[in-house]
Amino acid sequence: MQNVALIIVLAPLVGAIIAGLFPVSRRFAHRVTISAVGLSFFLSLYVFYQIVFGGHEIFNETLYTWLVAGNISLEIGFMIDSLTALMMVVVTFVSWMVHIYTIGYMRDDPGYQRFFSYINLFTFSMLMLVMSNNFVQLFFGWEAVGLVSYLLIGFWYTRETAIYANLKAFLVNRVGDFGFILGIAAVLMTFNSLSYTEVFGLAQAGNYEQTISIFSGTEWSAMTVICILLFIGAMGKSAQFPLHVWLPDSMEGPTPISALIHAATMVTAGIFMVARMSPLFELSETALSFVLVIGAITAFFMGILAIVQNDIKRVVAYSTLSQLGYMTVALGASAYAAGIFHLMTHAFFKALLFLGAGSVIIAMHHEQDMRKMGGLKKYLPITYWTMLIGSLALIGFPGFAGFFSKDAIIEAAHHAYEAERAGAFFAYYAVLLGVFITALYTFRMFFLTFHGKERMDEHTREHLHETPSVVTGPLIALAIPSIFIGMFTISPLLFGHYFDGAIFVEAAHNAFAGHESHSSVAWMIISFIGHGLLQPPFWLALFGFGTAYYFYMIRPDLPGEIVKNIEVPYKILLDKYGFDRFNDWFFAGGARRVGDKFWKMGDIKTIDGLINGTANTIGWFSSVARNVQTGMLYHYAFAMIIGLAVLLGTFVIL
Amino acid sequence: MEIATLNLNMLGLLPEIVLLTMACLILVIDAYLPKHQRYLTYQLTQGTLIGTALLIFASFPEQRVLAMNDMFISDPMGAVLKLFIVLMVFFAFIYSREYLRDRNILKGEYFVLGLFAVLGMMIMVSAHSLLTVYLGLELLSLSLYTMIAMHHKSQTASEAAMKYFVLGAIASGMLLYGMSMLYGVTGTLDLTRLAQTINQIANDHTVSVAILEKISEIKNDNIAVIAIGQQITENAGGATAAIAQILSENTDNTAAIAAIKPIIDQTMQSYTILLFGLVFVIIGVAFKLGAVPFHVWIPDVYQGAPTAVTLFIASAPKIAAFAMLMRLLVDGLQGLQVDWQNILILLSILSMATGNIIAIAQTNIKRMLAYSTIAHVGYLMLGVLTGTQEGYAASMFYVVVYALMTLGAFGMIILLSRAGFEADQLDDFKGLNERNSWYAALMLIVMLSMAGMPPMIGFWAKWSVLAQVIDAGFIWLAIVAVMFAIIGAFYYLRIIKLMYFEKAEDKTPIEANIDMRIALSANALIILLLGIMPQTLMVVCLGALGVS
Repeated sequence: MQNVALIIVLAPLVGAIIAGLFPVSRRFAHRVTISAVGLSFFLSLYVFYQIVFGGHEIFNETLYTWLVAGNISLEIGFMIDSLTALMMVVVTFVSWMVHIYTIGYMRDDPGYQRFFSYINLFTFSMLMLVMSNNFVQLFFGWEAVGLVSYLLIGFWYTRETAIYANLKAFLVNRVGDFGFILGIAAVLMTFNSLSYTEVFGLAQAGNYEQTISIFSGTEWSAMTVICILLFIGAMGKSAQFPLHVWLPDSMEGPTPISALIHAATMVTAGIFMVARMSPLFELSETALSFVLVIGAITAFFMGILAIVQNDIKRVVAYSTLSQLGYMTVALGASAYAAGIFHLMTHAFFKALLFLGAGSVIIAMHHEQDMRKMGGLKKYLPITYWTMLIGSLALIGFPGFAGFFSKDAIIEAAHHAYEAERAGAFFAYYAVLLGVFITALYTFRMFFLTFHGKERMDEHTREHLHETPSVVTGPLIALAIPSIFIGMFTISPLLFGHYFDGAIFVEAAHNAFAGHESHSSVAWMIISFIGHGLLQPPFWLALFGFGTAYYFYMIRPDLPGEIVKNIEVPYKILLDKYGFDRFNDWFFAGGARRVGDKFWKMGDIKTIDGLINGTANTIGWFSSVARNVQTGMLYHYAFAMIIGLAVLLGTFVIL
Repeated sequence: MEIATLNLNMLGLLPEIVLLTMACLILVIDAYLPKHQRYLTYQLTQGTLIGTALLIFASFPEQRVLAMNDMFISDPMGAVLKLFIVLMVFFAFIYSREYLRDRNILKGEYFVLGLFAVLGMMIMVSAHSLLTVYLGLELLSLSLYTMIAMHHKSQTASEAAMKYFVLGAIASGMLLYGMSMLYGVTGTLDLTRLAQTINQIANDHTVSVAILEKISEIKNDNIAVIAIGQQITENAGGATAAIAQILSENTDNTAAIAAIKPIIDQTMQSYTILLFGLVFVIIGVAFKLGAVPFHVWIPDVYQGAPTAVTLFIASAPKIAAFAMLMRLLVDGLQGLQVDWQNILILLSILSMATGNIIAIAQTNIKRMLAYSTIAHVGYLMLGVLTGTQEGYAASMFYVVVYALMTLGAFGMIILLSRAGFEADQLDDFKGLNERNSWYAALMLIVMLSMAGMPPMIGFWAKWSVLAQVIDAGFIWLAIVAVMFAIIGAFYYLRIIKLMYFEKAEDKTPIEANIDMRIALSANALIILLLGIMPQTLMVVCLGALGVS
């Protein structure tokens, strides 16, 4: 097991090094990286099988200790339980598909090898993150995926927008990461350990300082402080309000990246982390309410923004934000399993949607504006059908993957509402209404792209044809789980004992405790679907679909009319509620103004004066002092005699 | 000394004996080899080194074993140091061969002298008598003088050899003078007995100082005698015992004090002479190490000597010099630790300051590395001056790491040089990344390590000596050391800047033998790898000093 785990992690790293540091050909670069991730995928499957069906006990071992300083030891170790195994399979599978897809998408790009090196490195970092058995390695993986994300958003580094976007992503994530590392520090302070098992054990036993006094005179619950700080990290990485601003801009990166990093894997790291930390979060109702409210705001308000976007990738991006909000709501409602379940189904169908959008973009010669598309159904049949599957999964059409996971989340929010968790009322209605919005923007995008009038120019139309098989292959491969993964996994994941030992839920918080039925799995799924058909989410989704159909198929002139009538709200939406503007003015601008002051006062006066002065003095002294070395033998001998005299004088005579 | 019961115990010397025999054999064989078979000399030399290393390994001592009538000691520390010396020289020979051939000085003598130098170093490492220390040192030094002068057409090399020889003679003279003083006071050359006697004298000295204080404080002789009696510890030997004897037979207090006084004077005198001897001995070691102000030979010799020889001088002999420091100060003069600690602190600060600051102004990379060596010696002494086993282990760690890094740095200079071109200017490293990114990466590792950046091993070397210094309570010294390390980082980083951010002026492709390339790559990668797993080397060093 240990060797297998090591190979899973190291294979992508080796691939990244080979493709990135050595002058290899394009073909070799993609072969080596794809085989590396493929190897990781199949070994992950093996591990998954061993853990889940083979009855292999939870693997938890430290493989390497880098350094021990006092009671802090920096180690690399793996903990593989059912949660990790699931994440490993999802990460490596999506990554593998994206690798293959990239061959087609980046075909003519001069940075081909660099790109493959980056995505392989990303896979390595993500695996390090999910497989970690301690907080330090978690932080390492956390930062490493952030770094690769930065590199990839700015992959086309000659574009100014790309550089702006990657800087923004980096800075916003810094805010989150700062909270995160403070959280880790608080864990270390409270539990005096950084190993998961030890920390969770102590937390569950209640064997720690219950309060923490950050400012003198205030006594805060240690667990609440820890959990909120950790969650701030998750807010950055998983783009939760108000740290969501970087994700839409990250679409400046190549589409495979949007699919891999900014939809399926990296942005879900925050969700994974909170689920992993469930033994801690369960101990703080306050923190859970905080998580719940943040998630609900993200889910609802970011969904609305997707309705007014015209860039096909941005629609999908805002949809990702909204879906991440759903997962966060699940976490806040103590339904970690539902969050992870949605994370998994979402990884498949959102990667599918992104890659589908990418396929459209390739066919349109890198045109992303939906107003210049339309009627693409007949040109891109495979993309059309797979996108349809993705869209249905996204809106939660009964039977599709998203249906099960999203319904579970709404159910969990409802349960939390009934259990009178603070903020749950708002969260429940936010996720419920979110369903309507999801259906509306999804099918708006779908109809604008594939149906209606062909609005592209002549030249583009002539060259329209289905994309190559390296692009459509992954689409099909992702479409299959987008349909089926939900119905096959809901029973063990939500109602069974799959996450036993990996995720911890207080009995009183468990939304699905009562559902544990003894009837057959198939019957349960059918009854779940049947139950879903009668519930508001389904009707809301249908209503959203209907609205989209009416506005964009029957009366395509109507949206323009409406916009004219509600100009102010529309502007606010186009302005994304003004967050970017505020951030640019307040944080970026403010930082620049303060920085300018510091530069003038600190740099020019203090640093240039003091530090450069010191440096210059040393340089000057150095050039003078070297003259002591004259090259004359008698000078040298004299120097030694002086040295002798000084030593004798200082240490013997005196 | 009872010559009748000679305790030779020759088995412990087996590696040295084999090495000596082989060196003589190679000398003879080389003389009879036809010119086109001269490569055999090289192969035999390397084979000898491998054989020696294997023998050291096979006869690895579990504890201290004395041999040659106590003149020679073989202990774990010695064996480990010898292994590293042989390893460094092995690498140095690989790097040197092409360099020497290109300049028509690839002669058998180079390798034979090299082997004798190794023998000298091994004897220094295993010395258990002042005489053996001196013999080993001279064997090493004489070999080195000749190696530098071998390039007799080069004026700078001859000049360097001359300077080294003259200054080395002065230093040897001082060392010998110091040893004679130690012998004069203690009457022995054997390091263990020397240590015992010196401990005795040091104790007597402490008692004497206390007694003198009492006598000068208390005017009444009767009370003074009682006060003196309190100062005397039981079971003491030497002068203290003599004083105790006088007191016990005492009938007249005034007469007793009068009788005590000459004994005390005698002790104080012996102690002063010991201190004189200590200072002279330290100068001898400091010269070999290159500590300020006895470093003056280093820049000129490093720059003037052919790079292959500089490489040789800069690496393994420092390990031997460290061993000499350990044998003399720790094994022999432990009783004077309070005194030599202060001297070492002074030398260490001076070395770190001088080395790091003057290196900045250099334009010649060999000279720059010479000053860098001086600075490293300052850090190296930090561990020893703590006077603890852990401190010694940290210094040992440092010296091995230092030798490894120096080998890599000079190896890189040799790699870039070719016939008629020495590559010894900083500017010769401009744009190395464009010319060959792999070599640039290797040099990057070496330079980062020298600057003490994690995760290179150089970071751990600095970290371990600093940790020991702080443990010993010299926080201010650690701060000074870190300050100088920061200043020093500048000139290492400058090389990196030149390699990566400047345009190459010289586009000649870099050519080298496969063995050279492999060895150099291995050298740099070991620096990186050990940095990731510093415990491996640290455990070896700690084990060698008996700390577990």
